[in-house]
Amino acid sequence: MIAILDYGSGNLRSAERAFQIAAEKVVVTQDPKVCREARALVVPGVGAFAACMDQLLSVGGAEIIAERVALARPIFGICVGMQIFFDSSSEKIQKTGLGILPGNISEITAPILPHMGWNTVSPAEDSKLFSGVENESFYFVHSYAAKDPVKSAANTISNYGEDFLAAVEKDFIVATQFHPEKSGAAGAKLISNWVESL
Amino acid sequence: MTLAKRIIPCLDVAGGRVVKGVNFKDLVDAGDPVELAKKYNLEGADELTFLDISASIEERATTLEIVRKTAEQVFIPLTVGGGIRSAENVNELLRAGADKVSINTAAISRPDLINEISDRFGNQVLVLSVDARRADTKSGFEVTTHGGRNSSGLDALAWIEEGILRGVGEILLNSMDADGTKSGFDIEMLKAVRKISSVPVIASGGAGKISDFAQAIEAGADAVLAASVFHFGEFTIADVKKDLAKHGFPIRA
Repeated sequence: MIAILDYGSGNLRSAERAFQIAAEKVVVTQDPKVCREARALVVPGVGAFAACMDQLLSVGGAEIIAERVALARPIFGICVGMQIFFDSSSEKIQKTGLGILPGNISEITAPILPHMGWNTVSPAEDSKLFSGVENESFYFVHSYAAKDPVKSAANTISNYGEDFLAAVEKDFIVATQFHPEKSGAAGAKLISNWVESL
Repeated sequence: MTLAKRIIPCLDVAGGRVVKGVNFKDLVDAGDPVELAKKYNLEGADELTFLDISASIEERATTLEIVRKTAEQVFIPLTVGGGIRSAENVNELLRAGADKVSINTAAISRPDLINEISDRFGNQVLVLSVDARRADTKSGFEVTTHGGRNSSGLDALAWIEEGILRGVGEILLNSMDADGTKSGFDIEMLKAVRKISSVPVIASGGAGKISDFAQAIEAGADAVLAASVFHFGEFTIADVKKDLAKHGFPIRA
């Protein structure tokens, strides 16, 4: 069973449907017990970093994620759900994240923001997530991103004004800056790669 | 790695059906919105826009259901516009599966609505739809309401700058002068808006032939929205993309 953490952020219904195509059972929940015990946990996220962090904390999401990390159990962060895995973000105010991946989230240097639409990526050579996914585009909508590759991880890079992390895979942690649930067939393939890896 | 220029078909929805007509007149049934959304998705649409033109509250509830059904079956971004009056309306739409919402008249009558939506959901969910035409204002363009029938008294460029400051993440620029003419997008207005906009600009109004799309992008549009040329089957989204690629513009294959 895959649990999608409902903390009031993210397009939960689309995420639920997209993961249902690949996985047998998907639930959208904020029940800590279900989130802890699920085979894998998806952490969506839309909006500003600080607001997402506050909402996450208000439903006890930080403890749930910390516990899963301590037990090395799979988690998948999407968009701001990826960003909150990092140490901090300088969106609007400097705000502390969950710190399970190193680095700060900062504004992309580009004349037109948000970075909105379909962009291509350069998958990490050892990526499991992008296995069989070549020359595809993914749907991005964000103004901030992680810029520095994470050590001992598969770093997938995209570029809009400058290079940034489009996805990162480190042990049991998977995160994408783009929305796989909104990225058509390419996104579906990515999700099914992840589900099969569980 | 290059961001693709987006092609966005727009579906006018009333009472649970897609309708088509010219300037909201002579509406004819154009089919089931979910089926049309699937068809445009297969043809390569980069996003879909639903414009709710329902007259009654009952019909609006039906529109919410359509958003729900579409989001269940079509995995590309979905923008919904029409009749949004509050952040709570936005919440309902996002919960139903919309990714973005577009606001127009309600933002003109109460600009704080922009801040309220953007503060709660982020600027990336909010598209400011601007129906503009030539007029004797500072920039030479004014904002209209009611599909171009009434003047709002606002200068179009000043309004767009205010919208961006208040927190919109994208501009949907509808040219009331070009709308329905099929003589091409409003290049002059697009260039003027591109110059002052720090957020993506979607060009709308005036599409008649395939080559019009490349001209809009050349003028600075990040995305192009069209309705009737696609609904009436004059050409397909794939045809447009092929032409854009020929002109060297990045597209999603």
